[in-house]
Amino acid sequence: MTVQDRPTAPGASQSLARSRPRYGERVIKVILLVAALVSVATTVGIIISLLGPTIGFFGDVGFGRFFGGTSWGPLFEPPSYGVWPLVSATLITTGIAILVAVPLGLMAAIYLSEYARPRVRKLFKPVLEVLAGVPTVVFGFFALSFITPLLRNVLPFEVEIFNALSAGLTVGFMIIPIVASLSEDAMSAVPNGLREGSFALGASRMITSLRVVVPAAFSGIVAAVILAISRGAGETMIVYIAGGGQPNFTFDVTVAMQTMAAFIAAAGSGDVPVGTVDYNTIFAVGSLLFLMTFAMNFVSARLVRKYREVYE
Amino acid sequence: MAVLTTPRSNVELASKGRPVKETAFRLALLASLAIALIFLVALLAYVFIEGSPRLDSRLWSNMPSIRDPEIAGAQSAITGTLWVISLTALFTIPTGIAAAIYLEEYANTSKWYNRVIELNIQNLAAIPSIVYGILGLGIIARTFGLGFSVITASLTLGLLVLPIVIIAAREAIRSVPPSIREGSLALGATQWQTISRQVLPASIPGIATGSILALSRAIGEAAPLLMLGAVSFIRFNPDGVFASYTVLPIQIFNWIAQSREGFHILASAAIVILLAILLLMNSVAIWLRNRYQRRW
Repeated sequence: MTVQDRPTAPGASQSLARSRPRYGERVIKVILLVAALVSVATTVGIIISLLGPTIGFFGDVGFGRFFGGTSWGPLFEPPSYGVWPLVSATLITTGIAILVAVPLGLMAAIYLSEYARPRVRKLFKPVLEVLAGVPTVVFGFFALSFITPLLRNVLPFEVEIFNALSAGLTVGFMIIPIVASLSEDAMSAVPNGLREGSFALGASRMITSLRVVVPAAFSGIVAAVILAISRGAGETMIVYIAGGGQPNFTFDVTVAMQTMAAFIAAAGSGDVPVGTVDYNTIFAVGSLLFLMTFAMNFVSARLVRKYREVYE
Repeated sequence: MAVLTTPRSNVELASKGRPVKETAFRLALLASLAIALIFLVALLAYVFIEGSPRLDSRLWSNMPSIRDPEIAGAQSAITGTLWVISLTALFTIPTGIAAAIYLEEYANTSKWYNRVIELNIQNLAAIPSIVYGILGLGIIARTFGLGFSVITASLTLGLLVLPIVIIAAREAIRSVPPSIREGSLALGATQWQTISRQVLPASIPGIATGSILALSRAIGEAAPLLMLGAVSFIRFNPDGVFASYTVLPIQIFNWIAQSREGFHILASAAIVILLAILLLMNSVAIWLRNRYQRRW
């Protein structure tokens, strides 16, 4: 660390030691540490802001009504607080998104990592970056005014204007870059020796990709998929704009649904008085969403670390 | 595959029927990239074609309205975005760089608190943006009493993109080789002199690129601001950090929520403006990366 900490050899000239203490250096170190602690304060702030109203909510409503009910209508009279419609809507839209993003993203990653020449890779990677940089409100607009009419024209069955299918598909395209670029990183990290060994045994490029590279990069790929799931589950604007605002407890993807994030956005954008049950409800749903994504991130981080141990 | 020692096996090595399956697989891989590409092109083409009738000066010279799409503009949203993003940059870039310097140059990773900071930054990067809205509402707007103002929005967005700045700045600092530091220290420079005169100048391109990408994320972010009072129709430009505000993505959202077709055209035109700003920022970031990237 600092010069001061180094042991002085016996008999060495003392002139090497610092002639006067440098307080400035220490002050700078403390300032930098404080900046690093801002991130910790953010997490603590999130937990504190969630905790109080959430405790208040469960004090008023109770765990049983929240986790036991299948009807969500906190603003109706009489209010109902069964969270399952929000949870199922979140799982369904995220599930549709994953069905789109995992095959497409993974295959794009295999192409970029195993097939594409460097020039082609240089061309396609920015395309994925641009897709990742499109604001979610723009995706939401596109889902509502382009994807939904398309589905309504193409599909043989009735599709409502606000529906989970269109929202889920668009979220899927939004998270393709996450799946693609993280799995591509994982596949590129597989040592070339494995590929060469496979080629030497007579395996084709397809067999090498599918049976050697993908299994070797598997934990990294799983981590990418989990991160994509948590991004999809927390996505707000697309599902709020295209998925509609009605909490329906159903598995019919052609009707409107309200996800947890969409409920938070819808209820939070009104001016709700502090301390009321309505206000606390937002935070209770927020806590559930936070815990779900936190758990997924935790698993993902563990997998990435495990994968790093193998190849570095 | 047959054993290679027999002469006849040479024939076996060129396996039959493989090309068809191989080609099909290759085509499937290309097709999935193409689908993602088509989606992006369709999105860009759609908003551009939809918005082109309203892509004119009314957009930035008129104020928002929900009565008449013909005279409605987005001036207060554009100035609001400028206010919010400038303040976000002022807050988040110095904090992010300072945190990155601490983690790369000072932190002793065997200490538990440094590992906590590190783990925490990774976790923060994956928390949904709407949860930051809850933080902004519960702590910054209510507990700190800053209300629904430009400063609340800036601080919330700043915290949201802080992990991006930190991660990018750490990578840039890490890529400066240790020999530079050792040379500086050997000449008698203190640690801070080494950092401020050698390490930071060498890592500025990487830090700038990461900061621009973080800010472009903040510009497009709408979800947390929905909860922080940006939804109301604001017909004046913000005149200070405590003023009410709206931003471009929220204004777009408001127009999408209107049922009349004219507002959807307006929303498309505003999206074109938003995407143009983001594309410009990303191009600058890529240019910076390519122009100043140093290989040691």
